[in-house]
Amino acid sequence: MHTSTALEADRETIAGIASGDAGTLEALYRDYFPMVLHMVTQNSGTSDEAKDIFQEAVIVLYDRVKQGGFELNSKLKTYLYAVCRRLWLKQLGDQGRMFQDVRDYEDTISVEDDLAVHEEKDQQMSLMEEALDKLGEPCRSIIHDFYILGQSMQEICERFGYTNADNAKNQKYKCLQRLKKLYFTANNK
Amino acid sequence: MNSMSEQEFIFLADKYLRKELDATERTAFEAYCTAHPDKATQLTTHQLFLEQLQVHADRKALKQELTAIADKYAAGGPLEAKQTTIITTLWNRFKINSLVAASVAIIAVFSTLWLSGYYKTIETATSNYSALRRDMNTVKKNVNAQNAVINSINSGQRRGDESKSHFGATGFIVSTNGYVVTNYHVIKDADSVHLQNSKGDAFRAEVIYIDPANDLALLHIGDSAFKPLKSMPYTFKAAVSDVGEDVFTVGFPRDDMVYGQGYLSSQTGYAGDTTAYQISIPVNPGNSGGPVLDSRGNVIGIISGKQKGLDGASFAIKSEALLKSIEAIPQDSLTDKLVMGKKNTLQGLARTEQVKRIQDYVYMVKVF
Repeated sequence: MHTSTALEADRETIAGIASGDAGTLEALYRDYFPMVLHMVTQNSGTSDEAKDIFQEAVIVLYDRVKQGGFELNSKLKTYLYAVCRRLWLKQLGDQGRMFQDVRDYEDTISVEDDLAVHEEKDQQMSLMEEALDKLGEPCRSIIHDFYILGQSMQEICERFGYTNADNAKNQKYKCLQRLKKLYFTANNK
Repeated sequence: MNSMSEQEFIFLADKYLRKELDATERTAFEAYCTAHPDKATQLTTHQLFLEQLQVHADRKALKQELTAIADKYAAGGPLEAKQTTIITTLWNRFKINSLVAASVAIIAVFSTLWLSGYYKTIETATSNYSALRRDMNTVKKNVNAQNAVINSINSGQRRGDESKSHFGATGFIVSTNGYVVTNYHVIKDADSVHLQNSKGDAFRAEVIYIDPANDLALLHIGDSAFKPLKSMPYTFKAAVSDVGEDVFTVGFPRDDMVYGQGYLSSQTGYAGDTTAYQISIPVNPGNSGGPVLDSRGNVIGIISGKQKGLDGASFAIKSEALLKSIEAIPQDSLTDKLVMGKKNTLQGLARTEQVKRIQDYVYMVKVF
């Protein structure tokens, strides 16, 4: 139904998301947020809630794209709308509120699978966040600097004021063990 | 390397994953893992855990970026500017100015209209109804003022200020102990009200009740010079009179009493007002408040006004409205009891005799 140019633009956007291009995210926001804002505010939501919903939808899309093999079967707009709609429905349902919008996209697509994956992942995320919060400083920063930023033990040693790299190494090991323990205990609950 | 502590293993694993091991170390580590399956599992777990950590960090960074974009968007940053057209931008910029300009224009227009008397003209133009109080003419006012000046020169002292507006109208007795009814429009801005009978005796009167809806006012003569009158010659007719009824009135369109005669021409008043009659009697300013009587001497109404530019269309408030209005007066607030005449002594008399009998009960109302 949609023209090839629109499809082309959607593909470009997806490529932009995959490469983590900030401009693409901005454009995504500019092009599709008003639609979501309208949908949410028309259905007993606030603009802040719309923002959260849209953010979550972009994350779903991002994860999906990162996962690879994401093939758009519909317009990106339709996909985002469907995701946002499902998310908002769920939130309303959780709060015992009603959704009055009867407007269904004719080609509303099933996003249930993506959302199930997303939900699972989200759970993992919050477990990790919780574990990191419990871990506290300076462990959290040490772990982050070493594993995420890929800094060397020497840099960490200097930054955190350890007398030698061995001390820092010991400290990092203890932190990691503690984090693993926190994370896996929470995970097995 | 046969055995190593967990700490050493993790250290090596990190190095291995970060590809910081050289070729020999690498082979040795891999061989160690193959030799110790439990260590191999540990490596996989460690790797997965680190991946999870990475995903978490990525997600956090993405969220931060999105929040930043959202804030930028909410703050009306470049995103919004791209979307809004030039018209809206201009409107936003000059909204306040144009609102101020609009309000100034509105105020200017309406105050000019008001100052130029436009609304007064509208009011007069839209109403053809003319209340019949008599504005004591300017000539007389001037003469009075002149006399006052002369008097004050002669006597060397100033008299009361005579320059205030001054109206004349008619009123008539409804209770012999000094209750007189007239129109509300006659006394509405009154400083003081005086009643003068046909003999020329004047009494000071007080307004004790007003009924602006029916254009009625009740006065009471509080003057000590006033002597209660003999029983009233007329009665009040509560029922509606028929069209064609022969009616007459007496009033004070000038300083002497004037008789007028005509007929009841409609059972509704100005613009279909059901509390009034239309009567065909030539009336003039000053006739307001005069009684309208039928040939048997019943008061059927009170002259209140006429239609401008239409001959013989005068209006009289129905006596039914008068009676209702009087009933509504709280009796406790009256000093003397209001007793309306019950006996009609005019029936069957010639008109000249009827007028003679009622003339003592009709007063000229002078309003200062």
